[in-house]
Amino acid sequence: MGAVAIAPSDVIAALAGSADTSGTIIRDLRLPRVLGSVLVGGSLGAAGALLQGLLRNPLADPFVTGTSAGASLAAVVAIVVGVAAPFVPIAAFGGALAAVLLVWRLARLGGATTVLTVLLAGIVLTSFAGGLVTFLLISSDRLALQLRALLGWLQGGVAVASWSELAVASLVVAAGLLLALLVAHRIDAYAFGEETAATLGVDPEQTTRAVLAATALLAGAAVALAGLVGFVGLVVPHALRFFIGATHARLVPASFIGGAIVLVLADLAARVVIAPAELPVGAITGLIGAPFFLALLVRSRRVAV
Amino acid sequence: MTKLVADGVSAGYPARAVLRGCSISVGSGELVALVGPNGAGKSTLLRVLAGLLRPTSGMVSLDGRDLMTLSRATLAQRVAVVPQLFDTLFPFTVREIVALGRTARLGIFGTASTQDRDVVDRVISELGLGSLAARRIDRLSGGERQRAVLAMALAQEGAVLLLDEPTVHLDPGHQIATLELLRSLAARQGLAVCAVLHDLNLASAFASRIVVLDDGRIVTDGTPAEVLRADLVRAVFGDAFDLVARDGRPLVVPKVPVR
Repeated sequence: MGAVAIAPSDVIAALAGSADTSGTIIRDLRLPRVLGSVLVGGSLGAAGALLQGLLRNPLADPFVTGTSAGASLAAVVAIVVGVAAPFVPIAAFGGALAAVLLVWRLARLGGATTVLTVLLAGIVLTSFAGGLVTFLLISSDRLALQLRALLGWLQGGVAVASWSELAVASLVVAAGLLLALLVAHRIDAYAFGEETAATLGVDPEQTTRAVLAATALLAGAAVALAGLVGFVGLVVPHALRFFIGATHARLVPASFIGGAIVLVLADLAARVVIAPAELPVGAITGLIGAPFFLALLVRSRRVAV
Repeated sequence: MTKLVADGVSAGYPARAVLRGCSISVGSGELVALVGPNGAGKSTLLRVLAGLLRPTSGMVSLDGRDLMTLSRATLAQRVAVVPQLFDTLFPFTVREIVALGRTARLGIFGTASTQDRDVVDRVISELGLGSLAARRIDRLSGGERQRAVLAMALAQEGAVLLLDEPTVHLDPGHQIATLELLRSLAARQGLAVCAVLHDLNLASAFASRIVVLDDGRIVTDGTPAEVLRADLVRAVFGDAFDLVARDGRPLVVPKVPVR
């Protein structure tokens, strides 16, 4: 399904290696795009589950904590200075890591880290990075030709340039997911807060570092592949918790799978809603996710009070 | 036999010391009640005993070893702390909460051994939580939640149990049930139990020793009969109390206001 209609039988033929136009569209355009969506949605879902557990806040995700903004800034800088596409995910990971460290330092300034200070620092960093990205976009002559594509990318669109970019992103995601699965069960101990986690035998500093590194890897790869895709990391873990419970050893992998499914479907919608033109997938997730986020906000206020 | 000892411990913030030269010990089989007015430093002392707060001077030792040299995982297998606030936000079941007590012993991906599962099952049945095991903890009553969180701490299988106001938010019946449970854990299973308590009468009825903290210093430390004397209670908590004796235990009652 997409701007060009291809029959199911041709899809199978294409995957089996037929050489006609349909085969090229499926193999070189749509299959990488579906795999890219799997990586992006899965990464955002798993990163959201980790951050929500660590911060004990259902409103946390790589977006709100500024991680995605740092990744996007680094990715744009990488494109501006002409880094080859396959290495953009690595640059984005670097940006995500820098953002994570910066936010945590800012949040610790006033003494103990609180959820509120982390979220505020994330918002500050997001607007600052957003400003810099705009500045780069407008001032760089090199970018003039790519401006439209870049703007589309920033709004969140799964645009996989090449198989090699996909391969690098897969490795980054695999590393992030492995780290996430190693640390997941320790996040359960945060059920009553950081201090109780410590008395249960969890080293808070070490666990925080592991979670931040994992979310930086995951969010970095996701941003490199798809720009800023909102709400998946926020909504997917929360919806899943309702069905499978709060245990992170289950929730983190389930959020990866759930996020992958959601983004593949959202990308499909992005391609067919106004076909032959395309919407950025970020527009779809934003349209569906924003009302969900508001509902969460209202509910969490009721619970908190 | 286990002994948790704080020796001349001072702790707090650079600008303001909360604890000044406190010495206290809790040994196997004892239920020690930590009492004192608001702001005396009771919770801070408990955090120091739990290894959560590093003393600025003095030392806390567990069977002779400095608490600060033990790793979080090692310490969690020896000293369990019952958290005061038990709002979980996420929908954990009672069994999942109790299983958190095994965190320090789990395998690399958080895999539980047969022994881990057996301990969780045993603690759940000991505290009569069997029928609640699959229920969400945020849907339980205050007393049931208290028991679930206590079960979590017991699943750590430590020799020391520390509690910060375990009876807060509980009705009088559940307060007594909780203290009775703590007393039997100390007496029958040989746990060293130390609890911050506000209710002097509960302390008098159940504690083997009472330690009184006032303004960051330990004022007195002894059996309920030694500690709960009129002069001492009035000096620390104010004049509005009378002391009466009942079955060999002192009871503190408010003076009836003159109308």
